[in-house]
Amino acid sequence: MAGAIYRKPITLAVMATVTILVGSVVTMAYPMLRADMHPKLATLKPYTALQLAGRDVYQREGCMNCHTQVVRPLPSEVARYGAYSQAGEFAYEHPFLWGSKRTGPDLAREGGLRPDAWQYDHLANPQKYVPRSNMPSYAFLKGRLLDADQVTSHLAALAVLHPELKPDPAQVKAELAGKDEADAMVAYLQQLGHAVPRRQALAADLTVENPLAHDVAAVVKGQKLFADNCAVCHGDEAKGQEGIAPSLIDDVFLEVKGDMPDAAYFAMISGGSDAKAGLGRPGLKDGGMTAFGGQLSKQDIWSIIAWLRNQKAHEAAEGDDHDAQEHR
Amino acid sequence: MNDYRYDNQTVQGFILSAIFWGVVGILVGLLISIQLWAPAANFAPYFTYGRLRVVHTNGLAFGLGAGVIFGLLLYVVMRLSGRPLVFPRLARFQLWYFNLVIAAAALSLFAGWDQSNEYAELEWPLDVAVVVLWVIFAVNVFATIIKRKEPQLYVSLWYTIATVVAIAVLYIVNNLAIPAGLGKSYHLFAGLNSANVEWWYGHNAVGFLFTTPFLAMFFYFMPKALGIPLYSHRLSILAFWSLIFGYLWTGAHHLVYTPIPDWLQTLGIVFTLFLIAPSWGSVINGYYTVGSDWSKMRTNYLAKFFVLAITFYGLQTVQGPTQALRVVSQLIHGTDWVPGHVHMGTMGWVTLTATASIYYVIPRIYGTTIYSEKVANIHFWLVLVGQLLFSVTMWITGIQQGAMWKATNPDGTLKYTFVESLVKNYPYWHTRTLAGLIFTAGMLFFVYNVLMTIRKGRALQASAPAPRASSPAPA
Ligand code: HEC
Ligand code: HEC
Ligand code: HEM
Ligand code: HEM
Repeated sequence: MAGAIYRKPITLAVMATVTILVGSVVTMAYPMLRADMHPKLATLKPYTALQLAGRDVYQREGCMNCHTQVVRPLPSEVARYGAYSQAGEFAYEHPFLWGSKRTGPDLAREGGLRPDAWQYDHLANPQKYVPRSNMPSYAFLKGRLLDADQVTSHLAALAVLHPELKPDPAQVKAELAGKDEADAMVAYLQQLGHAVPRRQALAADLTVENPLAHDVAAVVKGQKLFADNCAVCHGDEAKGQEGIAPSLIDDVFLEVKGDMPDAAYFAMISGGSDAKAGLGRPGLKDGGMTAFGGQLSKQDIWSIIAWLRNQKAHEAAEGDDHDAQEHR
Repeated sequence: MNDYRYDNQTVQGFILSAIFWGVVGILVGLLISIQLWAPAANFAPYFTYGRLRVVHTNGLAFGLGAGVIFGLLLYVVMRLSGRPLVFPRLARFQLWYFNLVIAAAALSLFAGWDQSNEYAELEWPLDVAVVVLWVIFAVNVFATIIKRKEPQLYVSLWYTIATVVAIAVLYIVNNLAIPAGLGKSYHLFAGLNSANVEWWYGHNAVGFLFTTPFLAMFFYFMPKALGIPLYSHRLSILAFWSLIFGYLWTGAHHLVYTPIPDWLQTLGIVFTLFLIAPSWGSVINGYYTVGSDWSKMRTNYLAKFFVLAITFYGLQTVQGPTQALRVVSQLIHGTDWVPGHVHMGTMGWVTLTATASIYYVIPRIYGTTIYSEKVANIHFWLVLVGQLLFSVTMWITGIQQGAMWKATNPDGTLKYTFVESLVKNYPYWHTRTLAGLIFTAGMLFFVYNVLMTIRKGRALQASAPAPRASSPAPA
């Protein structure tokens, strides 16, 4: 080996720098010039002032130390979270918030997955919904009013790179009036993944019957599945929770009086609120029913329905007696 | 007026500061490890997990890591140049300024100033301060090397030079941002580029903060402490150039299966596999050096520190490339396997090398010997057990998590909910806290040993005329 450069520190430093720059240019700088690094989906919308304020809080609180925001194209991951992340979804991400550690679930498809009320409540007290969750409580976000001037200046900074974000201070002020950090966070969470269509609901064939109706083993299994997956929103006895999710054992289905057949239940559970389109009923304006199609097998879903039907019959039989007890 | 004594006090100042920030960082590590199984241990708003994890990583990378780098590399540069620092007062200023910057950095992270880029969380005012800090360091390193009395540049100096230039390039590029107020900025790059630039930086922050400077220390202090010359100069040359060439291509192995283009991922993975070669070049060089006289393992208490350190480096650099493979990444990415990997590197390789080097330097500053080899041995065994317990438990629970996330029924539906996989971690997370306690106890023995050695040295100095530290040039 030519030994001379090991006597010349400046030459050595220059050569080391050049050596370091080769890989940097090829894998870091050069890609910036390529179109495949700057894609943007036509459906991608820029952040509103409220959503951006929520994103800022997400950064400030370091939520990305526990949550990723990128769904990998693996079958199990798509089944768990929804469509895998597309390159064109991230044009407004400064920086990207993909994260590297999933102590909690991925949030790339969180938007619309849960009702607003659930998100507020869960943020303030995660253990209320998932008793063994280790997510910290973020109750302090409530009541911390947003500073419109600050958010305006943040939008203005981003507008250097994205002119369409240029804020109108008066409008920002109006949008943020009376809003606090919890409002901002929920607004941010609810738009995550908005550029990609959510899980497609299966076309509902309402003539299909429940193969497990009245099957005792299925009813028992359904009860457990319900407790694990549904009770957090619909309540332990499926009677619903105010502002979060409706009762599943009353005579109202998707806000319209009159129950629907088991197949309609199946469609809602499998496809979530997106399935409403195929059922012809309005339901809640903001939706919020999670699609369980990827997580629960068909058997599981029919078992839950069998238990729900059993529960409803049971409830009807007990009737007034039960009510009286509750009001004591 | 200048002599080694003044500069040695600066070196000692850096070492003590690094130890201080290291202890802070480790205590925060203990707290976040508890928060993961006891959410009630979060104290909003300043002390929640999301903010503290960043204090832990930055505190240890920049407080402990950079502090040790400044202190020990200035020492190495002086010895290998055969002269004191060219700008001793600048170095003293750097010491105070360093502590100020780290303190401000910690406060800013508690306050939630967070750029959300891993290992580049500090907001732009602190970034500016860090760049100034680094430039001050570079000035002394280059000036002293240029004015050296030794013609040859020893391998530790190449690694030092590469560290100085690489960190400068990496840090500045990845921290380019549009400021939006004092504590807020937005990364200059969007989406895919933001990710790609960040992991180009992130992987090389590990490379040039936790690898090259510690190789510089290893190749200087290990032969010195054991009194054995380095096995092969030629192997060092090969390993050095191929390492600093290869490292910069591999950032995309942190982005496997993300939407960045496939060619970038594949390129990153290929170079990652190549990195085994230069890494193991250093490992072999280390082993063969000690191998010329294994009896040192018995006779010299520092031998085992260095041998275990390079062993963990060797394991780390096999595990790392494996993790980059698509089939492995699928399973372990995002799980607790990765903290298992991380802490074998940080607790094993980095802190073992740093503490052994400090054990070598501190007594030499006073011309004395270590306060207690016995305490050093207790320190060694405790950190070793703590680290192994930490990594092994995380690997097990990481694989279990990954497997549960992937498990599907024949009809394509998932076998386990997310929460079922979360709950399985708890016993392992309890054990990790125990491992952390053992490791911390070990580190406290180390701190005690260092402080007592300094005390012993000061007493010596007071009773005798000021001893001039010798300036041994490399054999
Ligand atoms: C210590 C890790 C941790 C931190 C920090 C954390 N989370 Fe979580 N998060 C979890 C875990 C674990 C779950 C799953 C259990 C649950 O729902 O509580 C979760 C669940 C969630 C969910 C529900 C996901 C779903 O649909 O099932 C949302 C939304 C969420 N977190 C948002 C946040 C936000 C916003 C922050 C920051 C303000 C945050 N998290 C900080 C661990 C964390
Ligand atoms: C995150 C909260 C949440 C969870 C968890 C949840 N649901 Fe829902 N569910 C809702 C909301 C909100 C609606 C109303 C949706 C709408 O109107 O668009 C709903 C509607 C429904 C409906 C339509 C019934 C009606 O009367 O309107 C059914 C059936 C249903 N859920 C079943 C289930 C089952 C079974 C599970 C568990 C596998 C479950 N849900 C889990 C929130 C939830
Ligand atoms: C040739 C050597 C090495 C290679 C190729 C390598 C490779 C990797 C890979 C692929 C990951 C990502 C894992 C994932 O998230 O899927 C990773 C993470 C990490 N490695 Fe290594 N590793 C090497 C050596 C080291 C060493 C010596 C250290 C020293 C401390 C280290 C510290 C880390 C850290 C801190 C992370 C976590 C990054 C993060 O997600 O925040 N690695 N490594
Ligand atoms: C008592 C000792 C320690 C404990 C208990 C501890 C604990 C932890 C915990 C709980 C995490 C978060 C893991 C997760 O996200 O699930 C973490 C991450 C990390 N720690 Fe430590 N730690 C300790 C020592 C150290 C030391 C000495 C260093 C460095 C010199 C270090 C560097 C890091 C780094 C770089 C990460 C980020 C890893 C990643 O992004 O994947 N830790 N530590």
